[in-house]
Amino acid sequence: MKEFLAMGGYAFYVWTSFGLTFVVMTAIVLSSIYQRRQAINSVKRQAAVARQRADQKNSL
Amino acid sequence: MFQWFHRLASLKNFYRLAEIITPWLAVLCAILLAVGLYRGLVVAPTDYEQGESYRIIYVHVPSAWMSMFVYMVIAFCSAIYLVWNMKLADIVAQASAPMGAAFTFLALATGSLWGKPMWGTWWEWDARLTSELILLFLYIGYMALRGAFENSAAGAKAAAILALVGVVNIPIIHYSVEWWNTLHQPASITKFDTPSIHISMLIPLLMMALGFKLFYLVNMFSRTRSMILEREASTSWVRNRAQENNL
Repeated sequence: MKEFLAMGGYAFYVWTSFGLTFVVMTAIVLSSIYQRRQAINSVKRQAAVARQRADQKNSL
Repeated sequence: MFQWFHRLASLKNFYRLAEIITPWLAVLCAILLAVGLYRGLVVAPTDYEQGESYRIIYVHVPSAWMSMFVYMVIAFCSAIYLVWNMKLADIVAQASAPMGAAFTFLALATGSLWGKPMWGTWWEWDARLTSELILLFLYIGYMALRGAFENSAAGAKAAAILALVGVVNIPIIHYSVEWWNTLHQPASITKFDTPSIHISMLIPLLMMALGFKLFYLVNMFSRTRSMILEREASTSWVRNRAQENNL
């Protein structure tokens, strides 16, 4: 295990590369999830506004 | 054929299609990345010249391939958008750009981390490295141009033209290692004769490359669906699905 982590003396270069890739790809996934949440909230908000307008029209 | 094209182009149909296939792609992507990572880091033998440092190839080469692949997707979609004014193509291009930039950044950063122990330098103004850096600037320019217009359709058109002009950089990146005498090693996989890499090292690389491609597709589909929702928020199909709580 220790030998594996040492990467033949290249530990810093190898693990920084894999770590950086992991961080960037995680950020991509989180951002996709965030965008989806935003989109769903925006649709719900607009639907609520449309319903309110329709109700106001009916009560007039 | 044209009817099929037209149907796919409908935002509603694409939304549904992406919804069905994305989970399958995500599962396949996770398996490929997990197995590829294990085989690349643990099973593949040590390189006789570069020692263990060569293992950076398993993140560097897939990132570099994706940086060019995503750009080609953006350019292809931009052409379709400019010629047929197909909204879906524009949305796919817009959803892809940040990921293309991220992969280009990764290709440059991991390349730098590989170059330091092997070439003795973090950076060299060599043809491959410079053209890849230009690719990063093209992505940033594409996104900045889109954001710079009040009118989003005008921004989309301007950015699409930039994307098409920038395509000239792609063959330059690919052939840079042949056209110029560079520090960067020539291609070992994408040659017409047999690849100059042992099969036990090649298989994990191909698994990682396919895993990266699926990773992009899964996220691209998800982001495209989010953008479709925002654009189509006032249409009846989105309203109906919102009512059923099934967005």
